[in-house]
Amino acid sequence: MSILVQPDTKVLIQGITGGFGGQHTKLSLEYGTQVVAGVTPGKGGQVFADRVPVFNAVKDAVEETGATVSAVFVPPPFAGEAILEAVDAGIELVVAITEGIPVTDMMRVAATMEGSSTRLIGPNCPGIVTPGEGPQSSGGCRIGIAPGYIHKKGSVGVVSRSGTLTYEAVWQTTQLGLGQSTCIGIGGDPINGTSHLDILKLFNEDPETESIIMIGEIGGAAEEEAAAWAKDNCSKPIAAFIAGTTAPAGRRMGHAGAIISGGKGTASAKKEALADAGIAIAQTPAEMGATLAKLL
Amino acid sequence: MNIHEYQAKELFAKFDIPTPKGKVAESAAEAHAIADEIGGQVVIKAQVHAGGRGKGTFKNGFQGGVHLSGNADEIAEIADKMIGQTLVTHQTGESGKVVNKVMVAEAVDIEKEYYLAILMDREGRCPVIVASKEGGVNIEEVAEKTPEKILRVPIHPLSGLGDNQIREVSEGLGFQDDIAGQFAALLDSLHALFIACDCSMVEINPLVTTPGGQLLALDAKFGFDDNALYRQPEIAAMRDTSEEDPREVAASEYNLNYIGLDGNIACLVNGAGLAMATMDIIKYYGGEPANFLDVGGGASEEQVTNAFKIILGDTNVKGILVNIFGGIMDCDVIAHGIVAACKQVDLGIPLVVRLEGNNVEAGKETLSKSGVNLIAADDLADAAQKAVRAIAA
Repeated sequence: MSILVQPDTKVLIQGITGGFGGQHTKLSLEYGTQVVAGVTPGKGGQVFADRVPVFNAVKDAVEETGATVSAVFVPPPFAGEAILEAVDAGIELVVAITEGIPVTDMMRVAATMEGSSTRLIGPNCPGIVTPGEGPQSSGGCRIGIAPGYIHKKGSVGVVSRSGTLTYEAVWQTTQLGLGQSTCIGIGGDPINGTSHLDILKLFNEDPETESIIMIGEIGGAAEEEAAAWAKDNCSKPIAAFIAGTTAPAGRRMGHAGAIISGGKGTASAKKEALADAGIAIAQTPAEMGATLAKLL
Repeated sequence: MNIHEYQAKELFAKFDIPTPKGKVAESAAEAHAIADEIGGQVVIKAQVHAGGRGKGTFKNGFQGGVHLSGNADEIAEIADKMIGQTLVTHQTGESGKVVNKVMVAEAVDIEKEYYLAILMDREGRCPVIVASKEGGVNIEEVAEKTPEKILRVPIHPLSGLGDNQIREVSEGLGFQDDIAGQFAALLDSLHALFIACDCSMVEINPLVTTPGGQLLALDAKFGFDDNALYRQPEIAAMRDTSEEDPREVAASEYNLNYIGLDGNIACLVNGAGLAMATMDIIKYYGGEPANFLDVGGGASEEQVTNAFKIILGDTNVKGILVNIFGGIMDCDVIAHGIVAACKQVDLGIPLVVRLEGNNVEAGKETLSKSGVNLIAADDLADAAQKAVRAIAA
């Protein structure tokens, strides 16, 4: 197994006819992902890349194709609505790639989703990859924008707020021969669907995941919350890296998540909380894989 | 994004939040006219995006960015010493900020100072009201030493601000009778403004009661959600780029995310998390990062060229580290950007490049064929060490 998505997971793409969504849908198809439908209102009836039918609505796409997971590539002004459309259509997992959704939109999306059985990952995230068994990990399920070939089917679960730092961790564990069970970017926005803690719980229960790399950054308290739970409940070794040791206080560094103020959410406070929970801290981003390997 | 005090006042007026009478002036004559119009004691305040104005010093020697006077001629003289001059406060840094405008406002008699803010609470996933009876300049100390004096009331994300929440805050601040009525209207308006303008924070400090029984917002600070500026053209138009780091302004024109720092190793990275981590690893190996620079997900050759120009505009920079892990980004696009930039700009300093990800082989080939003098690195640790070593040489 792996978590959340498997090689046979049926995926639909909201915003498949846009340049960005289209580009990454093609890469996912090349990777071997079961992209069964696309959705763009007004473009129903088209066929994407000679093989993927496009629908006007998520509901229609789900009825026709049995897709259970949706990736959202819809532009920011319409992304909140797109997520809720997928929720209404009974999609199990929505992966919102879109960067730049207004915070109040996400606040309403999160409140509307309360009590729903749909899980949201993101927004502003690189997505999720469960590597496959083919050459360069092809044959797996790639949802989002991560480079597929850096993965390798294996035993490490990777969870991160940042996209490119996820790729670093993936690449390092691939080179060490460990490979990954599933890699998840939860996104850098202040309000997101799935937390570090949610993913740690899933990894802890997944028999294929034998160890975990958790990547955090300054701001918020999500890493501390995950660490507090892991201390007593997680049976698997965890290595972590926290980005932002040198970031000046009070400045926003790209991710809305990366804001620190008044000593709360600083890199040192986070590292302390993680170390206290028995999590091994990688001192540099180049040592994430090696730090984990030492625990095994 | 920040706005000036006078702009905050204009926004408050639009939402019927009471503030002292006052207007903004761009010349001594205008300041004189406003002081005449208001009559009596007025306060004149330099308009810059920085705190500590009252205790600041102008580079022409004039003391203080905030003054009181009952004489319109004197207000005009003070305005003359402020406008066009550079004010240095503990928040501006040594270079200070040029004052282009001053605000002239009625000097209000204060009975008591309160603190009131609404901000987006990421943990609670909703706006939260933060209020205290102990308003004024020492609010941060109050929050740290006596957190029980800070009231926090969450606002429901869908149903909005309810009367019960207004009552809770009003009672917590000890308001009664007419003032409680004024406060209910003010808080309701403040929430309406917060939502309508996509604020991340709106803070009134101090909120004051006057001996005459009036409730007034004396000073305000705003933060706006940058993601929502596309639907807030009026707010976006309030941006004053003369208040910002010129390098950051130039970067934003090319959709680059740049923040200048004090070190000497410049970095050019894709992704905010990796950009922060690159700064961290430079520091770890004994160097000092000169900047944070995230070229984002879909950087073009032109963007990369401009990123290089911005980096090289910082005279402290003694070396450059390019760190690209291409997920979305094609490494060959970065490589062409680097080559194009080096042909346009006389580099003259060491350049360390680490490329990984999409189309990396083509990118490496583009670099090696170009004849550009650079130091290739295998991985992040190697790149950081080579950059630190290169500038030490």
